[in-house]
Amino acid sequence: MAGHSTYVPAFGFTRWLDKRLPILRLTHDTMTTYPTPRNLNIWYTFGGILTFCLGVQIVTGVVLAMHYVPNADLAFNSVENIMRDVNYGWLIRYMHANGASMFFLAVYIHMFRGLYYGSYKEPREVLWILGVLIYLLMMATAFFGYVLPWGQMSFWGATVITSLFSALDQLIPHLGSAITSWLWGGFAVGDATLNRFFSLHYLLPFAIAGVVGLHIWALHVPGNNNPLGIDVKGPQDTVPFHPYYTVKDAFYLSLFVILFAGFVFFAPNFFGNPDNYTPANPLVTPTDIVPEWYLLPFYAMLRSVPQKLIGVLVLVGALVTLFFVPWLDTSKVRSCRFRPLMKQLFWVLALDCVMLGYVGSQGADAALNLGGMQLPLVWLARLGTAYYYGFFWVLLPLIGRIEKTKALPESIAKSVLGATGERT
Amino acid sequence: MRHAFPLLALALGLSICGLAFAEDTSAPLPVKHVQWSFEGPFGTYDRGALQRGFQVYKEVCSACHSLNLVAFHALAAPGGPGFTEAQAKAIAAGYKIPAEPNDKGEIFDANGNRLTRPGILADHFPPPFPNEEAARAANGGALPPDLSLIVKAREGGPDYVYSILTGFSHKPPTGFKVQDGKYYNPYFAGRNISMPPPLAAGSVSFADGTRSSVAQEAHDVVTYLSWASEPTLEERHRTGFEVMAFLVLLAGLLFLAYRKVWKDEH
Repeated sequence: MAGHSTYVPAFGFTRWLDKRLPILRLTHDTMTTYPTPRNLNIWYTFGGILTFCLGVQIVTGVVLAMHYVPNADLAFNSVENIMRDVNYGWLIRYMHANGASMFFLAVYIHMFRGLYYGSYKEPREVLWILGVLIYLLMMATAFFGYVLPWGQMSFWGATVITSLFSALDQLIPHLGSAITSWLWGGFAVGDATLNRFFSLHYLLPFAIAGVVGLHIWALHVPGNNNPLGIDVKGPQDTVPFHPYYTVKDAFYLSLFVILFAGFVFFAPNFFGNPDNYTPANPLVTPTDIVPEWYLLPFYAMLRSVPQKLIGVLVLVGALVTLFFVPWLDTSKVRSCRFRPLMKQLFWVLALDCVMLGYVGSQGADAALNLGGMQLPLVWLARLGTAYYYGFFWVLLPLIGRIEKTKALPESIAKSVLGATGERT
Repeated sequence: MRHAFPLLALALGLSICGLAFAEDTSAPLPVKHVQWSFEGPFGTYDRGALQRGFQVYKEVCSACHSLNLVAFHALAAPGGPGFTEAQAKAIAAGYKIPAEPNDKGEIFDANGNRLTRPGILADHFPPPFPNEEAARAANGGALPPDLSLIVKAREGGPDYVYSILTGFSHKPPTGFKVQDGKYYNPYFAGRNISMPPPLAAGSVSFADGTRSSVAQEAHDVVTYLSWASEPTLEERHRTGFEVMAFLVLLAGLLFLAYRKVWKDEH
């Protein structure tokens, strides 16, 4: 972190080590004395929760990889062997499968929290960009992981997603198909595809862990944003990370783990698709190919465009847009608490994403019955996609200029501790 | 100040409209809801139903359907049908398993028949057909699916499988065309199913004297197949209860620690 270290090695050995590898100093500065705004609320505990999720996925994943066989003929049964014959294999696999959903649940809360309180704004642009990078890596990792059990949805999901690249054929003939067969390692999703996806699924989490390190580094330089969105003005505005936020994070993490355990033990297939308990069969296409819930909004955007290449560009653009958010928002005020218009538009965006997710979960030709009139869901998807893009590229730059923001409080300390800003 | 959020209300209104959907008359009927002993956070498999269900599988379903993932030792494992190890051994020995090469390296006898040996606990239930083509040839071109995961592999789970098994009594509505060699079952997608009605009253005579109505047979075999799909359910529920008790206690203690640490800071 920025600022000076207050670490004083207490023993001979730690004094010796501190001159050679100041790792204890680093730990002390980043996890103990790190000055943290005293007004962080529950939504700020999700950073710690996400670190926990990554740890759970890596630990359970390493154990699963000891028993899993990445071979098109054996993969499905090797997963069932884990479920039936490996000691606590069912527990490890259900933790890993539900852990992915919990990870995305937490990351979406974390991202929307960042949007709400303006945590992407100067001087935290790099912090936000690294976060978007982690999110993209998470999606790639989750996609590769979903292919590994080699059920029907694994196989057909892999086919649909990798075939998106073939849209490039419309740009340069054969380019897309060439890329697709290169990704597959053949002329269809098969054994070669499964093997490379397994390899990448094992690799990417460590890349995520690396970027998480950078993300935390980039957090500790400017320090945390906070629900008021105003800068820390002095030591009276902060508390040391330990014990204040270690205990707060631990408490909310324990609540999160209760939710997690609820799914693992009592509804382990809640997020899953029944079709994935049928072994992959290249000759039988499932009636509806649906991705996992956390990709559904983007799936709805993809399907909202009848032209394949443009659909793919809309999907990719929706993700790339996130990188530009720090510069699209023109408001000087960070937190939505003081931005009445942005606050409404934010909640519409949140609902918009839920609606897109719902549309993505329905069949391609599903329709709404509005008092006898049929409204194809694809029109809702188009409306939702338009709002998503409109929010980031039109509203965000615009409202920063026209919005009348509320008066900002003088300091964090005064806002939390009352007029004096002193501890009582 | 809490405004009435006009944009919020509009979005909410749109999402509520999503609940009213057009009726599709050609779609399968909604599944029948059955009370299963293994439902809910404390659910366990009914041992009697599991043993009777095993009998239904063995005497009826296994003529066409494999159960490839289930090993005989599982029949005596905790949380399963509760057979003793001796009973499981006897059940295994009742099946003929293709034998490993003998000491002359042969797997066929002098007449060209495949050598077999009695099953042991480590074996899995042998499939009724040697390969997919043989299964299709014997079933009018249709492939009877493996039943090891059937309950988890179908939307609706045990209710769906139960509905299919008991759904043959419906008469097709006038004008509905039942295809040649198929049967009417309103719970099946398309309502034309290749499986002939598998269960009839008295198809099996239960060892424990339970009356074998179609509903009883279906209930028991679905319980058995649910166990085959999820043999660790009882262990999962039990462990889950212990884990939850621990976590709630932990969360309580962490809450008290949190309150104490922050007492003077906000």
